[in-house]
This record gives sequence, C-alpha cells and structure tokens, in this order.
Amino acid sequence: MAFVLSEDQQMIRDTAMSFARDELPVSHLRDLRDGGANGVDPASRAKLAELGFFGVLIDEAYGGVGMGMVAMGQIMEAQGRTLAATPLLQTAVLGASLLSLGGSEALKTEWLPKIAAGEVTLALALDEGTHHAPLNVSTEAERNGQGYTLNGAKRFVPDGHHADVFIIVARSFGDAGQAHGLSLFLVPNDAEGLTVQALNTVDSHGAAHLSLDGVAVSEAQLIGAPDAGWEVLEPALDRGRIALAAEALGSSQAAFEMTLEYLQTRKQFGQLIGSFQSLQHRAAQMFTSLEMTRSCVAAALAAADDGSNSLAELASLTKAKATELVHLVSNETVQMHGGIGMTDAHDSGLYMKRARVQEALLGGASFHRDRYAKLNGF
Amino acid sequence: MPFDAPEELDGFREQVRGWLEENCPASMRTPMSDDEVVWGGTRETFKNPDSKIWLERMGEKGWTAPEWPAEYGGGGLTKAQSQVLSQEMRRIKARPPLFSFGLWMFGPALLEFGNHEQKARYIPDIVMGKTRWCQGYSEPGAGSDLAGLQTKCEDKGDHWLINGQKVWTSYADQADWIFCLVRTDTNVKHDGISFLVFDMQSEGVEARPIKLISGSSPFCETFFTDVQVPKDQLVGELNKGWTIAKRLLQFERSSISAGGFGGTGGSGILPPQEYAKQHVGLDESGRVQDGDMRARISDHLMYSKAFGLTVQRMTAEAKAGQEVGHTASILKYAAAKMNQEKCELLVEALGTDGLGWDGDGFAEDAKKATRGWLRSKGNSIEGGTSEVNLNVIAKRVLGLKEHQ
Repeated sequence: MAFVLSEDQQMIRDTAMSFARDELPVSHLRDLRDGGANGVDPASRAKLAELGFFGVLIDEAYGGVGMGMVAMGQIMEAQGRTLAATPLLQTAVLGASLLSLGGSEALKTEWLPKIAAGEVTLALALDEGTHHAPLNVSTEAERNGQGYTLNGAKRFVPDGHHADVFIIVARSFGDAGQAHGLSLFLVPNDAEGLTVQALNTVDSHGAAHLSLDGVAVSEAQLIGAPDAGWEVLEPALDRGRIALAAEALGSSQAAFEMTLEYLQTRKQFGQLIGSFQSLQHRAAQMFTSLEMTRSCVAAALAAADDGSNSLAELASLTKAKATELVHLVSNETVQMHGGIGMTDAHDSGLYMKRARVQEALLGGASFHRDRYAKLNGF
Repeated sequence: MPFDAPEELDGFREQVRGWLEENCPASMRTPMSDDEVVWGGTRETFKNPDSKIWLERMGEKGWTAPEWPAEYGGGGLTKAQSQVLSQEMRRIKARPPLFSFGLWMFGPALLEFGNHEQKARYIPDIVMGKTRWCQGYSEPGAGSDLAGLQTKCEDKGDHWLINGQKVWTSYADQADWIFCLVRTDTNVKHDGISFLVFDMQSEGVEARPIKLISGSSPFCETFFTDVQVPKDQLVGELNKGWTIAKRLLQFERSSISAGGFGGTGGSGILPPQEYAKQHVGLDESGRVQDGDMRARISDHLMYSKAFGLTVQRMTAEAKAGQEVGHTASILKYAAAKMNQEKCELLVEALGTDGLGWDGDGFAEDAKKATRGWLRSKGNSIEGGTSEVNLNVIAKRVLGLKEHQ
C-alpha cells in the first residue's frame, strides 16, 4: 500500500491544486450562484476536459490516461478545497467506472472515449428515498420483447439537471431491499417519458428529481448482466464513495486552514483568539481527525487501484471518517469565525452547505457504520 | 547504509530464517501469557526456562536491539535488515525475547547524547537484558508541568548528592538502575535540569509500590535521601538535561502508541463485538440487537483502523522525508482515546459480567477486562496527558501562540 505519491501522481496533484486555486476559487462558485447558474459551468468543464481529468480512470485503449484512483483522488481533493461544482464525481468516477466494469464492448467503445474527451456528462440515478439506500430500488424495469420499459422516480440526482445521459438503476426482478434483480440502463436525457425536474440545492451545485413514465430502452443499453447490476454497481459506488471522501477531505483541509488563519489574526480581550486554550484544543482535535482521515483516504484510493478485497470495508471506513470530519470542521469553522462566519459574504457558510451534501451523497456516517459492522460480522 | 539490494536482503532473510529455526525454542513460538513476559535484570526469574535461553541467544546476536551499533553489542543491522528480522520472527510467531525501558527509551537517548565510555558501560547490558532500567521523571509537584521538577542534585566535588522524590516510577521496585531528571540550578526552569543515571541499590534509595484503582500497578513512589552518585554518571552536559528529556518523551510516546498501553487487558480478551454478540445477542438479520451499541462498536473499530493506517502512513512519510512534526503527540492523543473507548465498550458489552472484581462467579477474561478498563483511565494521563498533547499539537504543529 503506497502512502507516498509517485512522480506522475504528484504532478497531477500539483496541476489540480493550482487549477482549483487559480481557475475555480470559492469566489467562482459564489459568482455561479449569484448568476443563477445552479452549478452548471460549461466553460470550466471544458478546461477540466483539456487537462484530461475526465479520462483519469479510463483505459488508454478507450482514449483515457488510465492513471487510476490515487490520481483521481488528488483531483477530487483539489476541487473539494474550493468547493468547485464539476461533473467529475458523476461522470469521470461513477460513470466511467460503471461502464468500464460492466459495459459491453459496444457501449465502452461508444461512450468511454466521449467521457475521456469531456464531451458528455453522465449521471447515476440510484436513490429513490431521502437517504442513501442502494438496494431500496422500486423503479421497475419490465421486459418486453427487445428491451425494457422503465417506470418509477429518482430523487436528488447530482448533475441530473444538466446530464446528457443517465445510468438508471431499476428493478427487473424481486423486491426492494434485494441485491439480486437490479439492472442498470443507459438512458439519454431526451428519452420519451423521462422528466427532469431541476433542483436548487443548498450547496449551489444543483441536482434533479427524475420521473420515468414508460421509458423504453433496448437490451443494448444494459450495463452489466440483467438482474446482476449489483455486481457492477457496488464496486463503482465504493469508488464514488472514496472519491467523494477525498473531496470532503479537501474541503475540510481548506476550511481548517482558513479557520487557523483567523485564530492567528483575530484579537479579542487584547489577545489573539488562537491563544485561548479552549480553541487551541479544538483546533488540535480537528487536526488529529484530519490526519487520520487523510490516512484512510490514501489507503482506500490505493486499495481501489490494487484490486484489494477489502475495498468495501475501506470505502465505508473512509466515507464515514470523511463525513464526520467535514461535519465537524464545517461547524467549527462557522463557530470559530463568530459573527462574520454567519454572514453570506464570508466563505464559512459555503463550506458548511457543501459539507452536508458531501455527507448525504452515497451514504452518511450512520449508513457506513452499519455497513462496516455488517462487513465485520456483527 | 540507506539502500539494501533486494538480492542481498534475500540472502540475509535465508540466514535469519535458518538461525531462528535452530535457535528459537519451540515454547517461545507460542502465545505469551502476561506473567511470562521477560523484563530482564538481576531480579528476573524466567518463569519459563526457555525464555532465558531465548534471551541469551538473541542478546548475543545483538538482535534484541537489531539496529543499535555492533560496537556496543547491538545487532548493527540496517533498517531493511531489521524489518526482515521482525518479519521472520512474526512468521514463526516468535515471542519478543525482552521487554525493556532500556531498549525502548534509555538506550536510544544514550546512543544520541551519551559519551563513548557511557555507551560502552551501559548499552551491552541493556542488549543482553542484564540490567533493568526505570525512569525517574514525574514528581508529586511535577506531572504535566514536568520541567517544574525539584529533586535536588548538588555538586559535592567528587560526587553528586541527590535529595527528593519521584512518583509513577514504573517498576522502580524491580529495576537495577534509574535514569533520572534532577535539578542542578534552581534559578532557571528548563535550563536547570540535568540527566543522571545511578544504581537503585545505592544507599538512600527507597521504592514503594503504588496501588491503583485497578487493584495493582507497576508504579512506585521513589525516595532519594542523600544519595551519592559518581560524577561520570551525568549524561550530556550539566543543565542540558531537558533536551534529552524531551527526546526521550518522544520515544516514550511512540512506544506507548505503538501498542505498549496499560489497560488493553492482556491476553484472552475478545474484541468488543464478540462480547456484544454473546451477551446482547443478534437479531434475525445477524445484527447485534442493541443498535446504538452496535454503531458505537463499529465506530470504534473504524477509529482503530484509521489509527493503524495513520501509523503506517506516518512511517512511510518519515521514510520518504516528509514527516509531520510532532507525530508522537498526535498518535499518543489518538491512541489513548482509542484504548479507553475500547475498554469502555468491553465492559459495557459484558454487562454485569463486566462488573466483577475477583473470586468465582466471573470469567477470567471478564475480570481482566474490568481491571483493564480501570487501568486504561491512566492512558490519557501517563506519558503526557491528552491535554498536554493537544497543547503540543496546537503550539508546535499548528503554530498557535501562547496566551499572554
């Protein structure tokens, strides 16, 4: 397990960090929000594509650079630092992983090069309730002759409001709660019967509710075997969870640095507030949590590349730790900044708003504690 | 020698494997009960006679201290070779031949700060386990504020004269020698401390064991009344003992967080989820019935895993030269929290079976868990309280200023 980056990985980290700092600072998200863009940002998207970030997980044979999750994690961490709204998680991590792991040769040849080139935005549409529950899928896929008809609804799909193509998880067999019977379908955004309801979300990244009313899909649009979509979905979700944890780590680190700087400049009672022991101890505890989460993220990213059989365990560990971290740090950021932290003009609030979305997507701490216990046999 | 060619290491591995095969007694390849731990020194009784043979053989190779210089009886191995040795020992489940504050704390400090004569005099007996050392640091009035220590050391021309009291001196009643912080200048705080070593048999030394809330303990209070110490037993320069003390605390915090904590309860105790399964029971879907306890156990297991990964990461980064400063304080703080949580969960999962003290009616492992839980309360106090460690992180790592 490598805890130290290779030269190539370090280079992509440096590139991603300076890109986020120079091109996608927090003020950029603020501008998007104030301009009503709802997280849709084609210009930045094009620049990310130019840097090759969409093809990091895609094999060279399909037009990607095949650098793997450790490299992808650096990019996610960088975008987390500045809260950048990008389609990388949905398109370059989840979409690319699902297609790479389960796509037919025809699907891979058609879609992976487009993803790698940054020509297409994908969105995995999985959850149907208000909490992440990947097996609780009731959206129905009814077989009819050459294909399937989809009926159901999906909630809070990230990037759903501007995705070109959806990967819809539907039930072709059995009942909600069962792993067997899930199937994954590639559905274009203009499919007949598909309605996309754009959502204005608290983090200004946007999302969408979907409703599927008799959407017809052909067998060729299936990712993975029919009824056995879980075999593809679960490892892809774990990659997504780790990538999102890396993003949350970046947000936590940046919010922590901002807070630390404030502690070292703000004076009250004739003292730097950072000289008060109650704040020093809380800062030291946050730092300890940051360091421990960083270890989990690094180990999980490496495990994804090594094909480790403890990927599920490490993914849940990492998402739980990153969720707790970003929750703690974002709250403390507001509290330690005091009144200024409550104002819209200050960035504290933006970190806290994005934190809650990072926490909820792909499972919060309680979801992953439950999964970790199950994986450990209790 | 920073680099070991893989083929050379392979050759070394073969040698080690062969040597261990021949020299590690069969009973030294079995799990060790707490009372079979070998601490060495003149009072060592070697409950298992094989452990004496094992210590002698390893000591002669210098492999009790594999990376220490061969000049002073150490193994003279490179880091990579030393890793091979520990891998090969783990492979055959060999017991550590020696537990020793000399190996973990005093030796590394002496190698760094001592003169040649001192190293030649003390190091070989540490390697062989012939001398057992104890640490004279804390005093009744100097705990967290260690530099406030008052044990007086006067220069009497041909010797030092020591008067004062130490406390929490682990195994002082078992030790042969002590390494000790003393005050040689009362006008300044940190710059008036010196580092001395002396024989615990010296006239005027008295060690009394302290009984803890857990019923027993390795700790003593140690009294010094007109103890005469030869002049050449000062380590480092006069009044520069604090530098050595700080370095040594790092060794102590690292060895504590590397797993040397009191209170884990020792052998025979199961992980908390096993007691929860047995005593709380499972529901139809195989989950521990008490969902809240289950979540907290899961959270603890994740914390432990994150801690383990952090130790690995910091080790890897240190090797690559990208060390986070004051790693030891971060790890010590986290390790104390982790161990205490584990001990609380063990007792909670055992329910009333975790509330026995002694005698029949309670299983041995349960009683150990109970005593271990009580002992673990000291984890956030000993070797630097959690609050002091947080101060160190805030000031030395994060650069926050002192209150004026």
